[in-house]
Amino acid sequence: MNALAAHGLGKRYGEHWALRNCSLEVPAGRVVGLVGPNGAGKTTLLQLAVGLLAPSTGTIEVLGLAPGKSREALARVGFVAQDAPLYPDFTVGETLTIGRRLNERWNQDWAERRLAGLSIPLEKPVGQLSGGQRAQVALVLALGKQPELVLLDEPVARLDPLARREFLQSLLDAAVEHGLTVVLSSHLISDLERTCDFLILLRDAEVRLSGAIDDLVERHRLLVGPRGRSTAGAGIARTIRESHTDKQSTLLVETAGPVGDPAWESHVVDLEELVLAYLGEPNEPRRPVDVLHRVEARA
Amino acid sequence: MIEFYLDRSSGLSPYLQLMQQVRQALRVGLAEPGEQLPTVREVVAKLAINPNTVLKAYRGLEYEGLVEARPGLGTFVVDSLVAPPPGTHARLRRGLRRWLDEAQAAGLDDASIVGFVSSTLRDAAEERVA
Repeated sequence: MNALAAHGLGKRYGEHWALRNCSLEVPAGRVVGLVGPNGAGKTTLLQLAVGLLAPSTGTIEVLGLAPGKSREALARVGFVAQDAPLYPDFTVGETLTIGRRLNERWNQDWAERRLAGLSIPLEKPVGQLSGGQRAQVALVLALGKQPELVLLDEPVARLDPLARREFLQSLLDAAVEHGLTVVLSSHLISDLERTCDFLILLRDAEVRLSGAIDDLVERHRLLVGPRGRSTAGAGIARTIRESHTDKQSTLLVETAGPVGDPAWESHVVDLEELVLAYLGEPNEPRRPVDVLHRVEARA
Repeated sequence: MIEFYLDRSSGLSPYLQLMQQVRQALRVGLAEPGEQLPTVREVVAKLAINPNTVLKAYRGLEYEGLVEARPGLGTFVVDSLVAPPPGTHARLRRGLRRWLDEAQAAGLDDASIVGFVSSTLRDAAEERVA
């Protein structure tokens, strides 16, 4: 079963599309990295998935259910919004009480054990916790309801490197313990490289790349060869990024089978290069709908 | 028990790094047949690494015949990579005989030679760990 599935999903505010033509399928049990520049639609996609927003076009399903319409979807999906919003005057214990009162399947035992393991005192007001501890409390709150899918919007963006590592350790440990599907948006590709096995890349409100990271890496190559050399027949599906010097061309390409032409020296790319190439992607011919949109936006 | 680490500058993908570390531990005798590898959850919690990466590394090692997954128990080392080339034993034995002659000439009896060998082995093992 897919943990998350979208078909032709779009969200429009007046003339502005925050997300459009979004189709993707995320199998259950994955840890998904959602990347893209600010304003690319990451938060919009997450909020559509939890039912905080309603789609303008298309459909989205979480765990086979329509978010925002089904009480079951609400119970089985956890969400940590950007900056982990919590009530600063409530103590950690009182925050857990909110979780217990508002959720049908709440595991108080697990939540208390987890916080004790992190040495976060229940009697301390949330406003007096460090950023890392606050993020951990927000995570415990999202996981205490025992969801099958948890979505996190930039959970580690404001944390220092140590707190970031500890947060990801907690998250992945819980993912193994409960067999969760996790979707987290982040700018930090180096973190995603070790924590995620599935990637969704958004740019200009559209999905540019999505799939299992191993497959994506396997499908792309960096080719170095003499300038002006034809790429025809070299097993290239399309060029994502290219740069040239006097004599040499460097191409990041999506391959279609083995690179046949020995004039091209073929290198494996890592996830960071791949993501940066797609985020840069200056050469892609614009589709008519994009051009149209640009004109509208200017008018 | 093997303790994994990740080297970001190695250029190897994380699952290959884990496989290589197990092979290396087997090669130098730091892990032996019967020994359990850390559970997926232990590795995930320590390295903040994707669980499927650990599973993939363990499956790869299983395919190579080095480890075996025992359902409900964990993953265990079944083969060792410590296989000395032919002639090694004979050569080591000759060296040991020379050393024994030297020790006996220095006045050590059999019991003190055994004690000497085992305490030296222990020291060497501690040095390897440190």
